[in-house]
Amino acid sequence: MIALLIRDVRLAIRAGGGFGLGLAFFLIVVVLVPFGVGPRTELLTSIAPGILWLGALLACLLSLDRILALDWEDGSLDLLATSPLPMEGVVSMKALAHWLTTGLPLVIAAPVLAIMLNLPPQGFGPLVLSLILGTPALSVIGTFGAALTVGVKRGGLLLSLLVLPLYVPTLIFGAEVSRRGAEGMDFSTPLAMLAGITCGTIAILPFASAAVLRVNLR
Amino acid sequence: MELRVTDLTVTRGMLRVLCGVSFTLASGGALILRGPNGIGKTTLLRSISGLQPPLDGSISAPAESFAYAGHADGLKATLSVAENLEFWSSIFGRGGVGTALEAFELTPLAARPAGMLSAGQKRRLGLARLLVTGRPIWILDEPTVSLDADAVAMFVAAIRAHLGAGGSALMATHIDLGIAEARVLDVTQFRAPASGAFEFDEAFL
Amino acid sequence: MSSVWEYANPKKFIQTSDRVLPVIAAMAVLCLVTGLIWGFFFTPDDYKQGSTVKIIFIHVPSALMAINAWLMMVVASIIWIVRRHHVSALAARAAAPVGVVMTIIALATGAIWGQPMWGTWWAWDPRLTSFLILFLFYLGYIALWAAIENDDTAADLTSILCIVGSVFALMSRYAVNFWNQGLHQPATLTVKTDSNIADVFYYPLMVSIAGFMLFCIALIVLGTQTEIRARRMRALMARERMG
Repeated sequence: MIALLIRDVRLAIRAGGGFGLGLAFFLIVVVLVPFGVGPRTELLTSIAPGILWLGALLACLLSLDRILALDWEDGSLDLLATSPLPMEGVVSMKALAHWLTTGLPLVIAAPVLAIMLNLPPQGFGPLVLSLILGTPALSVIGTFGAALTVGVKRGGLLLSLLVLPLYVPTLIFGAEVSRRGAEGMDFSTPLAMLAGITCGTIAILPFASAAVLRVNLR
Repeated sequence: MELRVTDLTVTRGMLRVLCGVSFTLASGGALILRGPNGIGKTTLLRSISGLQPPLDGSISAPAESFAYAGHADGLKATLSVAENLEFWSSIFGRGGVGTALEAFELTPLAARPAGMLSAGQKRRLGLARLLVTGRPIWILDEPTVSLDADAVAMFVAAIRAHLGAGGSALMATHIDLGIAEARVLDVTQFRAPASGAFEFDEAFL
Repeated sequence: MSSVWEYANPKKFIQTSDRVLPVIAAMAVLCLVTGLIWGFFFTPDDYKQGSTVKIIFIHVPSALMAINAWLMMVVASIIWIVRRHHVSALAARAAAPVGVVMTIIALATGAIWGQPMWGTWWAWDPRLTSFLILFLFYLGYIALWAAIENDDTAADLTSILCIVGSVFALMSRYAVNFWNQGLHQPATLTVKTDSNIADVFYYPLMVSIAGFMLFCIALIVLGTQTEIRARRMRALMARERMG
């Protein structure tokens, strides 16, 4: 399974793997927001946590169809299905690779972009914490969506339509943690909820993803 | 390991394509499936290798004993030849890709990205993958597509070595490989009758 | 053959539902007409809300049906996964458009009611937001059905989506409650509290809820019949082609 993880990360980093695309998208979204809402500092300060979370979520969404579609097209998925790896392990590793190549860079880039949106100093810790806890859930849920749409040609739009409603709880609690943190309020309750959602999805959703993938392969 | 397939019924889309497929493949033996295009050879091979559940019938060997090679080779263009092969060998828990590279004369190409290979070379790499799986029963779907005469000879040599080591091979192919011990099975005889062709939808008729 | 599962046979389902459907439809019309006319014309105006309160005779039943249609889809999906009865999968498929329409009605009547009450057409209130999210789930479910050609694959995938989606919909409900405490009044109908609405409203509301329920059942049965016939037609056409 580690071999699969290493291969996926290596594929993403090599030329044409799309590594960095999500990051660039995140940057552009965050840069465009002040153009849309105006440059008033206090407004940007108050919406910064939400913008950063939304930007990270959309950047994540953008790269979801690469998780499984490429392996589906070149036949690797058939071969993985007949390999000794359990399908649940395959989808978990795929989600982990997606997080390492998309989610983690977003977490690292977020504080830099937060400076541009004038996030108050006390908000940086909660922002990074909420993204570290929340983005794994985005990858795991996204893998489920990717597994559902893997057999659909040009399924990118359908994938977004299926995955975005599933992202609602994560987005709400994640953005709430960083918003409360930025306002200097107590954020332990939403943080616990966010952690609960992430742990729950990591534990249970791979079974659903694997079941869906088996249906799509037959 | 012996493979015994009994009364297998396989479906494609929602249609029954072949039914009552029965054969035995002893270890050390090879079986070549013949039949016109669209008869269901690929579906049969996918069903036996466990990718899709058969509608009916039984397969004696467990799914872990098969190594499947379909139309697509599952190669990653940006990984080198050796990296592609090493990935599959670690997935199947085996070391050493040297002999597999050697058997298909890929050693000189080992460092080249798979995307730079010709169609025939890609196919050779796809077949070399079978050697690193270490599984006893090979299931091959049109293995010789885009191979030249030399490469076919390499492939036949690899099959012979596999059979000699007690493995077996089940393949769908149209060309004569010249493997003397291989039996030929024409699957046309198992074509599902048109009248009952729609098992899933029969309830709706 | 006295098991309920015999209706899982498409032919048996069509035969039985053909007989039952007119009865359900007639009862639905009767209840709807009675309930709505009673509610609209023979109940007093609320002392605070005036005549706008009468929109509850549409709003509450449609909101209930929007949720019940989803629940029915979950049950049908589980039956499909466990017992693989085709009628079950097709019934789930038929329920989705009904649920969407009920969700839209609930949202629209809510907006129309909210305008005079809260002075705004839309507020990001937990209940409204939850319904909006439910609407998105319905859209995703229908889109997935439409995107996949193989009927059985589509049934499998949508069933799993429906079950996973229900869990996430519930989580969203709590998340949204946490996120905004809201202006929506608490549920109009509850089983045990004594703060229920007055009897003059209660009885016509019950009648119109029954009417909406029967109406939805009739629509879902009709939709299931249509799906079964469409499937049968595809099977026949495929047989023609194969000769």
